[in-house]
Amino acid sequence: MLDLRLYMLQRLSALVMAPLALGHIAVMIYAVQGGISAGEILSRTEGSVGWGLFYGAFVVAVSIHAAIGVRVIAAETLGIRGVSLAALGWLVCLGLLAMGLTAVFSVTA
Amino acid sequence: MALESEVLQISVWRGDGLSGGFEAYEIPARESQTVLDAVAFIQQNLDPTLSYRFACRVGMCGSCAMMVNGQPRWTCRTHVQKVAKTGRIEIAPLRNLPVVKDLVTDMDPFFEKWIAAEGVFHPTRTREEEIAPIDPRTPERQRADEGIECINCAVCYAACDTVAANPDYLGPAALNRAWTLVNDAKDGARPAILDAVSKNGGCHNCHSQGSCAVFCPNELTPIASIAGLKRETARSWFGKGARNA
Repeated sequence: MLDLRLYMLQRLSALVMAPLALGHIAVMIYAVQGGISAGEILSRTEGSVGWGLFYGAFVVAVSIHAAIGVRVIAAETLGIRGVSLAALGWLVCLGLLAMGLTAVFSVTA
Repeated sequence: MALESEVLQISVWRGDGLSGGFEAYEIPARESQTVLDAVAFIQQNLDPTLSYRFACRVGMCGSCAMMVNGQPRWTCRTHVQKVAKTGRIEIAPLRNLPVVKDLVTDMDPFFEKWIAAEGVFHPTRTREEEIAPIDPRTPERQRADEGIECINCAVCYAACDTVAANPDYLGPAALNRAWTLVNDAKDGARPAILDAVSKNGGCHNCHSQGSCAVFCPNELTPIASIAGLKRETARSWFGKGARNA
């Protein structure tokens, strides 16, 4: 159920996620010093191509990584195989991608 | 060490994979008695219809593995004193394999996976040619040596939760065998082996839980062999990418 291609995709997407997650946490800790409002956050992210790419890349990596993980769990614990398993994987991937990119677009467009 | 009771309560699985249950037997406890001795005593003295498998009785052939008190063990080298602290033992056929009858499992799926993992030697010379000299000090040979003492007993296969959850998974023994061949200078099919262990049920399904290494009676570490295969297949994946570019 997990061939070399999916294994590498999951590892490489983790490789992308790790520095982006650390960057996100570092910026959050820095930005909230002394308090920050939603309006102030939006004023910095709206129209920012940089933040759009930063969080857009994170969303893409998460969607790939989580979908492959859910696929393995579904196969091993629920016994789902074949086309159903592939469909579930794609559904999770595209669902996360749609929700994540919508959120990123909303705060950076 | 004296046993707490002079009679052992042995519970043995009787039946096939579809139906059956545990039956209780009482046998005399003896000094240096193995679990295989206990099973043999039942078959020879109490119930001749009990089916079980053994051959060498000295831990070399890998025939007599069974579940003992829920754990896979080579029964010929497992002393009763080690597992029957309360004078009771439960013996069942190996986990993760179809049961033929009583304590006998069908080993076909186990060995078919060895072949699926390309766990067969691929010679590079004919018998007419000189034997290739092998330097035992090379890192490759040392890596191969770490895994070659496998006796095919299927204890690791029975211990593996990934095999239990994913019947397509090749399992620790077949992958350990593949790893020894990947590191064998005399084997001529390294790319084919790496391809075979990269498929759907291949090495990448291992969750690194390590039951294989915990239960291997020969103290091998299939988990390390599988990690080695993951490393080498990842390397070959990058190599293919570069060649295709």
